[in-house]
Amino acid sequence: MSKTDCLDALEHVIVMGHLDADDEGFDGMMEGTPGALELTRTAIEEEIDPQNILKTFNRAMEIVGKKFESGEYLLPDMLASAECVGDAMEILEPLLTEGTGSEGKGKFLIATVKGDLHDIGKNIVITMLKGAGYKVIDLGIDVPADEILEGIKKYQPDFVGLSALLTTTMIEMEHVVKKIREAGFDGITICIGGAPTSEEFAKKIGANLHCKDAMDAIEKIKTVRRNIS
Amino acid sequence: MQSKHHTYRTPLHVNPVDRFDQKTVRSIHHASMMLLSETGIKCAGIRAADAYRQGGCSVTREGEGKNTLWRVRFQEKQLMKMLKEVPPKIILGARNPSNRLILDSQTPAVYFGTGSESNIYLRSAMDRFVSSGKAKREMNYPVFTEETGSISALCESAHLTEHLSHADFFLRNVNIQDDFITSKNKDIHVFYSALLHTSKHVQSGLTDPDALHRVIRLAEIIGGSQKYLPISFIVCPMKSPMQMVADSSEKLIVIAKERIPLVISSSPQGGSTAPIQEEGMLAQINAEILAGIALAQCISSGTPVLYGSVPVRSRLDNLHDCYGAPEFIHYAMGCAQMARFYGIPCYASAGVSDAKRPGLQAIMEKVYSYIQVASSGAQYIHYALGLLDGTNMFSPLQAVIDNASIGLVKHILREPICSQQSIDAAVDEIKKTTARSGIFAKGIRTQIRKHIVCDTYEFISDSGEEDPVFTQAHYKLDQYLAAQRLGLPKEVMQAVCEEFPELSGTHIYE
Ligand code: B12
Repeated sequence: MSKTDCLDALEHVIVMGHLDADDEGFDGMMEGTPGALELTRTAIEEEIDPQNILKTFNRAMEIVGKKFESGEYLLPDMLASAECVGDAMEILEPLLTEGTGSEGKGKFLIATVKGDLHDIGKNIVITMLKGAGYKVIDLGIDVPADEILEGIKKYQPDFVGLSALLTTTMIEMEHVVKKIREAGFDGITICIGGAPTSEEFAKKIGANLHCKDAMDAIEKIKTVRRNIS
Repeated sequence: MQSKHHTYRTPLHVNPVDRFDQKTVRSIHHASMMLLSETGIKCAGIRAADAYRQGGCSVTREGEGKNTLWRVRFQEKQLMKMLKEVPPKIILGARNPSNRLILDSQTPAVYFGTGSESNIYLRSAMDRFVSSGKAKREMNYPVFTEETGSISALCESAHLTEHLSHADFFLRNVNIQDDFITSKNKDIHVFYSALLHTSKHVQSGLTDPDALHRVIRLAEIIGGSQKYLPISFIVCPMKSPMQMVADSSEKLIVIAKERIPLVISSSPQGGSTAPIQEEGMLAQINAEILAGIALAQCISSGTPVLYGSVPVRSRLDNLHDCYGAPEFIHYAMGCAQMARFYGIPCYASAGVSDAKRPGLQAIMEKVYSYIQVASSGAQYIHYALGLLDGTNMFSPLQAVIDNASIGLVKHILREPICSQQSIDAAVDEIKKTTARSGIFAKGIRTQIRKHIVCDTYEFISDSGEEDPVFTQAHYKLDQYLAAQRLGLPKEVMQAVCEEFPELSGTHIYE
């Protein structure tokens, strides 16, 4: 396989959301054929420049994004593609020079706040962020403020994402934001999300962004990055 | 509603429609058993894990520290033994004994009630609109205001439920978000608001396990010396796929110890936390519900439980929960069959719409699910009245419209009342009438008195220009809301205030 063929094939399987040979792929017919993980490894073995592999990921996700916007793709299609990129990034990451990999794009620490066990939305956001090339650290569900603070100290993220689905736990977000600011982490962009939260609520508690869904999160974070750089 | 011999509300008796044949039901049962014996469930509650171990399940510890979990596996024989302990028949009490409900797993007799813990209360008023075209036509249409859920909204809903003839029970429908409400005092305020305004059965989740005994005491005072408490609980101990949550398992344990009727529910979302295809959804939700029911039986063998099925489908564009999809109905019908297979009364879900305002979409989505889910013979259908925007909003106006729809559905689904005798009588009527006037109007009278002739839809049109449903339904709603609140007899109120001083500022309940 030529280098171009290899990257084209990689782009194709990402667009088709075909993770690896065990995975059925877009329409249940792709099992047994190499997926994003195998083709990323092949590309590395073929000594293709890791930056070119990374560009292929981005190109594929752009195509997926357009297909989603036009209505051809549904969210599950897009999530499958994002998962391919997220997992393939783990293979590629060690080969990327500092500052060009996912850490270069931004580190995102995320948690569902204390008392709340809902995580479907949070996990979707994680998959999409990884697919968009961010480094994500997931602290899980029911996470107390102190643990989030410890996580911040340890991982030094650019973004902190908080999720809450209950009106009772959404109040906890205020507490977390306060603690983060009191500890002097003023440069961190805090994003909140979850059905009962709103733009006004974010403003009220001093969070930087309210994201109504995963796509909204990607869009808003992009603007923040642009402003920083 | 009842004769002297009847001490229960009259349910809708149906000829159950089976979506699956018995062979498929058994195959789904085996699939669930395989999941429970091979994969088992991950249990985060230490007391639950202990109870399972004592009940004879295989329990192994996984992970360390905060991430400690117990893997619980069930063998079919022993699980079936536990399920045999579940009472096949449950009686749910009510302030007014004639509002009691009887749920018999082997009798397909259906009750409808409210549900969800909606964050938004949708108030409405009729307004007059003039068209902007030349003709300047005028019409009535409601205008809406979204309001944050509160005690006052919960009280109003309970009062409304008291008046809705087809609402058989009141499952708290509004999330009370008043400033002074905390997780510590929420339960007592929820149950008090409900019991004060409705004489029908009251059900809610439990926010704080420590509040349980006070809630029971409150129900005893208000229910009087009745054998059956006017309340029951719902707990959702399962987090799909196949996990038991620590805090809800604690709630389940304390309630089961008191042997108070309890819904044990699971609410997987097809396409995000369970397979989207119905056989996958059923294999999983069934395993999850049975694991929860088994815990209740390990704690207190013979505890009355309902098979709590709240299977939902995901939206394909954002994976949010969605209820207008046909699969929502398919899943619920399948669960009703599974519950019958195990001989456990079924708590089912129907009547939810994705529409954000009352109207055609809401009515259409709701009516199809009432008909299908009720015809499956599930005994206790929650979510049935007033919900909009999935389960996020409660609209009193929609509840009045839903009540009318359920009334019609009850007529559509009622069993035929047909015997040799009635056939002979009909032949006789045909012969006689043919020989005389040829008009069968006279016969209507007897059939009406025997309740064989159905009512038509409650809201009917008499002019062609305007759809009268909103106007008529709102008129009815306003009448209900203006009616005298039920309240409590003076001495009962006194007893309540003595034991629960925090409830004595009655103005917030008005
Ligand atoms: C699924 C579900 C559950 C599942 C959770 C499974 C899981 N793995 O998460 C289970 C069954 C376990 C559950 C349990 C409970 N639930 Co629940 N649950 C839901 C339900 C139906 C859907 C939530 C969901 O997953 N939506 C789909 C996802 C994709 O959407 P999302 O979470 O909003 O996330 C998107 C955006 O908000 C945003 N986003 C979210 N978080 C974040 C974070 C960041 C950083 C960013 C950028 C974006 C972002 O992006 C996401 C992707 O697009 C909602 C109803 C609803 N419509 O919200 C009720 C709901 C939230 N639950 C409710 C209740 C009452 C409960 C229980 C208390 C029930 C009980 N009686 O036991 C328990 C509470 C457990 C606890 N302590 O947390 C109520 C809450 C009312 C209230 N009090 O506020 C709701 C609203 C239902 C209702 N109307 O009654 N629940």
